[in-house]
Amino acid sequence: MSWHVHLPALVIAVPLLGAFIAPVASMLGKVARNFWLVGVSALTALLSVLLWQQVLTSGTAIYVMGAEAFNLSLPSGMSLPIRIILEVDAFSAFMAVVGSIAAFAGALFSTNYMERFSGLDKFAALYFLLTTGMLGMVLTGDLFNFFVFLEIASVASFGLVAFWRDRPEAIEASFKYMVVSTIGAMMILIAIAFLYGRYNAVSMAAVANALRLGYAEKIALVFLIIALAMKCGTVPMHMWTPDAYTEAPAGVTCLLIAVSQASLYGLFRVCFSIYGASLGSAVVPWTIIILGVLSMFIGVSMAVVQKEIKRLMAYHSVSQIGYMLLGLGVGLLALSDPQAMADYGFTAMKGGIYHLINYTMYKGLLFLTAGALYYAAGSRNLNDLGGLARTMPYTTFMFVIAAAAIAGLPPFNGFVSKLLIYESTFAVYPILSIMALVTSVLTLASFVKVFQTAFLGPAKAKLAQVKEVPPGMLLGMSVLTIVIIGLTLFPTWSLSNLVEPAAKALVNQAGYISAVIGGGL
Amino acid sequence: MIGNLPYLVVGIIFLLGLYAVLFEKNLIKIAIGVSLIEASANLLLIVLGYRTGGSIPVFTLAGKVGKMVLPVPQALTLTAIVIGLATSALMLSLIMMLYKHYGTLDVREIRRLRG
Repeated sequence: MSWHVHLPALVIAVPLLGAFIAPVASMLGKVARNFWLVGVSALTALLSVLLWQQVLTSGTAIYVMGAEAFNLSLPSGMSLPIRIILEVDAFSAFMAVVGSIAAFAGALFSTNYMERFSGLDKFAALYFLLTTGMLGMVLTGDLFNFFVFLEIASVASFGLVAFWRDRPEAIEASFKYMVVSTIGAMMILIAIAFLYGRYNAVSMAAVANALRLGYAEKIALVFLIIALAMKCGTVPMHMWTPDAYTEAPAGVTCLLIAVSQASLYGLFRVCFSIYGASLGSAVVPWTIIILGVLSMFIGVSMAVVQKEIKRLMAYHSVSQIGYMLLGLGVGLLALSDPQAMADYGFTAMKGGIYHLINYTMYKGLLFLTAGALYYAAGSRNLNDLGGLARTMPYTTFMFVIAAAAIAGLPPFNGFVSKLLIYESTFAVYPILSIMALVTSVLTLASFVKVFQTAFLGPAKAKLAQVKEVPPGMLLGMSVLTIVIIGLTLFPTWSLSNLVEPAAKALVNQAGYISAVIGGGL
Repeated sequence: MIGNLPYLVVGIIFLLGLYAVLFEKNLIKIAIGVSLIEASANLLLIVLGYRTGGSIPVFTLAGKVGKMVLPVPQALTLTAIVIGLATSALMLSLIMMLYKHYGTLDVREIRRLRG
């Protein structure tokens, strides 16, 4: 028995420990704190990659907390799992890798970005708590545990959004986010209570195993979908996204993106692994598809008119969430029909999941470049910026890569995932892929606008003193740039090694159940 | 019928909380609404685990016991209460800071972020 079996627990335990030691490390000085912030994030990312490798080679990993043996999911004589179980299949491991890379880049960026401010011991602690919450959400196999990690992530992000508490806007954004998010979390708790009342279990696999669609399950599903869609910022419930993403420090926004993806993960885990084929192909898949199309379109049309750079990008993230909802919604539509699944459903899911990693990487990078502009030029308003390409060549280069990726220009990775979504949704309804194409064009238009106004044009007298940002920030951005370039250069490799196992794991409900119920000793 | 009364109460408290969050103009009242929603979720969990005439779920020195109340929802509720406490405290402190910045608790006047 090697130590690899403990990886699921370690991925959560390392940042949690990091959070509580961060104030102690800060007492040793600035260098120790930065070293701790970057080192623990790097270690978490490394552990996530190892976990992902292990899941790919030896199948779904389970880890039972507090049992005599780590894999004792069913204690003798019991028919239901009673302990807290971490269940890591290829999709969870994929999400953990994506999230921890974003967390690492954000941490690296924050070392220089935040050095002008005080209270950084608390910043580091909250940053790690947010990472812990996000990783816990994607790794857990237990509904109530999911709720607890969601609340850990939420409470940490309220603190981080309001980190610049001398800014009234930051407090306002944090309060708005808090009200929305707390109500969402309570709705999840009520849904869990409904499911517990029916099945006497909070383990996702046990609930999925016993699930028969009735009134209580439908109510629970409605609550879960509303709450998780609210948490990942889809359109009618997107009001908090632009505010929170804009007001949070840039490194944190990069991590908040990954956290919203963890909520999206929860939504699909509920739909695919818990409810699965019993959802049928009428109401729920179409609700998700329509939410996706609305988010894409409304998000991008709000983004085009924005003047503030981070706010513009935040509206784009609403619209990008729509692509993933569209792709995975089409996959859900085809779930109960093997023929449709083979024809277009699986392609759509691959597109959605591939877009998920692409989105987290380029959107994180875009927010980091916006943060770099703010750091260097002292303004986020596009009207005040101009001609910065001369003074900030590296930032400009990375912004161009990220902007090309989000706009879906070939050969960038955003193009590959969008193409998969276009061709599969076209098989369902051509209008869906037309909407997606229009959104993509508008995205391109608005990023051309940002590039033109902020980086090109005549140099402004006010910005004559602007210098390139310090090395920590450049390193943080280049981590994400390297991932984007890697995904761009090797799309086939990443599709077959990263994305396909994740999509297969999501479709394979029986495998998810049997890892807990059928296995054990 | 009387057995379902607690669920009705849960529903009423939830809707009251939701009403307060959606339609009240005062930040403190919104915070109260959020707390009401939390209370309804906790009450729902407790009600689900209650068995009429059941005793406390402690095995040690319990004597002869026929029925026990379910312990799991109580554990869940305790966790949820602790989380709710943290959220309420943080929310009230944010309201304090909002009052310092804006000098009012009226949501209609606290809207610098829009569009």
